[in-house]
Amino acid sequence: MQTHVEVRDLCVTAGAHTIVADVDFSIPRGGVLALIGESGSGKTTIAMALMGYARLGCRIAGGSVRVGDTDVLALDEDGLAALRGDRVSYIAQSAAASFNPSRRIMDQVVEPALIHGRMDRAAAEKKAVALFRSLALPYPDTIGERYPHQLSGGQLQRLMAAMALITGPELVILDEPTTALDVTTQIEVLRAFKQAVREQGATAVYVSHDLAVVAQMADAIVVLNKGRIRENGRAVQVLQQPEDEYTRTLMAAARPERAAVDAPKVTAAPLLEIKGMCASYGTTPILRDINLTIARGATLGVIGESGSGKSTLARVIAGMLPPSTGAISFDGARLPPSLSMRDKEQFRRIQLVFQNADTALNPAHCVGEIIGRPLAFYHGLKGPAAAKRVAELLDLIKLPASLADRPCGGLSGGQKQRINLARALAAKPDLIMCDEVTSALDTVVGAAILDLLAELKRELGLAYLFISHDIGTVRAIADDIMVLYAGTQVETGRRQGYDGVARHPYTDLLIGSVPELRSGWLEEQGTRPAPPVIGQPKDGADLCRFLPRCSWRICGTCEEFTPPRHVTPGGNIILCHRPEGASEGAS
Amino acid sequence: MTNAIRSWVKALSGSGLIGLALVVFWLLIAIIGPFLAPYDPGAFVAHDVFASFTGAHLLGSDYLGRDVLSRLLSGARYSVGLALAAALLASTAGIALALLTAVSPRWLDEGVSRFMDTLISIPSKIFSLVLVAVVGSSLPLLLLVASITYMPGSFRIARSLAVNLAQMDYVQVARCRGEGAAYIAIREILPNMIHPMLADFGLRFVFIVLLLSGLSFLGLGVQPPDADLGSLVRENISGLGEAAPAILMPAIAIATLTVGVNLLIDALPGRGRRMAGKE
Repeated sequence: MQTHVEVRDLCVTAGAHTIVADVDFSIPRGGVLALIGESGSGKTTIAMALMGYARLGCRIAGGSVRVGDTDVLALDEDGLAALRGDRVSYIAQSAAASFNPSRRIMDQVVEPALIHGRMDRAAAEKKAVALFRSLALPYPDTIGERYPHQLSGGQLQRLMAAMALITGPELVILDEPTTALDVTTQIEVLRAFKQAVREQGATAVYVSHDLAVVAQMADAIVVLNKGRIRENGRAVQVLQQPEDEYTRTLMAAARPERAAVDAPKVTAAPLLEIKGMCASYGTTPILRDINLTIARGATLGVIGESGSGKSTLARVIAGMLPPSTGAISFDGARLPPSLSMRDKEQFRRIQLVFQNADTALNPAHCVGEIIGRPLAFYHGLKGPAAAKRVAELLDLIKLPASLADRPCGGLSGGQKQRINLARALAAKPDLIMCDEVTSALDTVVGAAILDLLAELKRELGLAYLFISHDIGTVRAIADDIMVLYAGTQVETGRRQGYDGVARHPYTDLLIGSVPELRSGWLEEQGTRPAPPVIGQPKDGADLCRFLPRCSWRICGTCEEFTPPRHVTPGGNIILCHRPEGASEGAS
Repeated sequence: MTNAIRSWVKALSGSGLIGLALVVFWLLIAIIGPFLAPYDPGAFVAHDVFASFTGAHLLGSDYLGRDVLSRLLSGARYSVGLALAAALLASTAGIALALLTAVSPRWLDEGVSRFMDTLISIPSKIFSLVLVAVVGSSLPLLLLVASITYMPGSFRIARSLAVNLAQMDYVQVARCRGEGAAYIAIREILPNMIHPMLADFGLRFVFIVLLLSGLSFLGLGVQPPDADLGSLVRENISGLGEAAPAILMPAIAIATLTVGVNLLIDALPGRGRRMAGKE
């Protein structure tokens, strides 16, 4: 196959810093190349350079970029404007932020074709509808009439792809297009992208930090670290026989191994027990009938997609949102519902660690003040005694004690998350609630945080409530797992209970949507069968929340009655009309 | 500390430096001006009224034959000092109330906010005129009038900042830790809103200088024989036809003071943005 895109000795600098150096690769016509690396590895910078663009403050200092017969870096402004959006198009990470909220979808999708004079409006709209159809969007004929806020994140991401493909570009750059999506949506979007790009015969560059996603999309993989190429080869070779040490680290981090932790000593009285708890924001119910227990020293993983009420659960336990009904008891005693009714000891024993350490640490305070405050507040430690304890805590989270005087602004994401954790540890709590603590971090850094959590649990006998959207992460750390869907607890059980086939249809979808680290997995999955036809759902009945998406629903039952709780052969409790959940065992 | 100031000054733009120079100049005049005055500001020392620039009277004489330079040097104290005190009072009260509303229950927030809306809806000049006309002019009253007039604006800005900051994760963390409202307001929220509030303080200072000068011009401000910059303009207004320095110089003084402060604070937010970018 002939070479279509060729990059030679590409060098990008920002002031005196070199961001990307000596990057060489080529892509054959119609091929898909993946750029993979952690944040700051220069993958987006390289992708932008393919369009002859350098972000503000950066400069393409040397090298050459050829797309077909065009030397991109030699083009002037007009030449670049003619190239971008026409022959080379770009799909950004957050489609929700890339659409103008005040204009209809169709106006925005056909815009590139009109600007570049490729076709008239009628032809462009016809082509857009054809693209909507091939991207498997619902209502392809009328979806263009809607505004961006009326569509979901996954739909917007596919519409963004339609916008990029409408001019029939020869090169498509996809910059982390599925990172912001739920795993069940991601699989559909990936499938749509792959098919649409293949139909167009376009060459594609896929930028991602997720090896498993890349494995589904790419023919060739370039592994980047600190702006330099670590490994460049065929996808199969890089995934199966990585030659570079860094690639192997990345592969290991992508699938966190379960750290060897002794089984917790199960005591009779649970540490935290929640019975029949419901919570709502105003009149909007968020959580319905939640029942859970966490033993001392045990870890409960809570998993669900965005909007399922995971974070609200943590907020209710922390007392920030009083539950509307139900009881929460902690160490045998009933926990007051709101913050103002709790005493200092109750605050101390339950600590909440937020997802985003950037916003959870006050930029006006230095590290020592942040960690020292719980020490002074709960334990009355001041002066040299507090400084000594801060140093101990920094040592516990494997950071140098000299960090104590630094403001937290200049620290890396991983360091900030460790300090976030150290602040919770400083209180000497019994239960730490971790809300997506690894989600904002790179895989390698996130894996290190998971190891740290497991180690702390072993040393200090902590109990965790571990919230995540990633089943792999939860399996690596949790003893028990609870699955939330739209505020209902659809499945609860031991971690091992999720290995069997009999599980709630939503759990089944969730686990089945996580890409495996090998090529060809996406093709094997096949499209999900359309949900069986059912009657009109009964008005006013408390039906299964997953009913509209469920492939296993039973006509005449699911749309009429409230689902009961069943115990599966694996020992899990599921909320479903089918006693065996998503398996062929029952009717 | 000196290094910090030096790098801070270096980071200012050209117009910011001019502003800084003017502000420093007027602050110095306000402090040491009266000691530099060649004559007693109340004494009739010149033989001629509305005299032009001479060796004995560098800025000429006023409508009663007093030395304009001496009157200017002692008048600056009223304009700068009074405005500074009023601006400090307005900003401090505004920020304190804003922090209170950000951490207090909704009913208190609503109450204070609606009361401030009421104050904002009263035209500031008319309000000051009425109060001065009713009670009679005095320095404490001028201070009070100026700070009450400009406090609601400061409160509005501070509240919108504080309410946003109160939603930040680190404030939620402090709440979950069981911290009291005072700690949250002063240690968690206040340090993060101080930069934009400083810029707001500068603006308020300028408005107050203009308000006080305006009141003095109408004869309702600082009362004779004392005079601030505004009353210097007013009492010498008959010299306008003769282009006497007695009226020009105080007018130029007001202009340089307000323009200087404006230039300086215009340079400040840009610095704030750059610092935020680094974090």
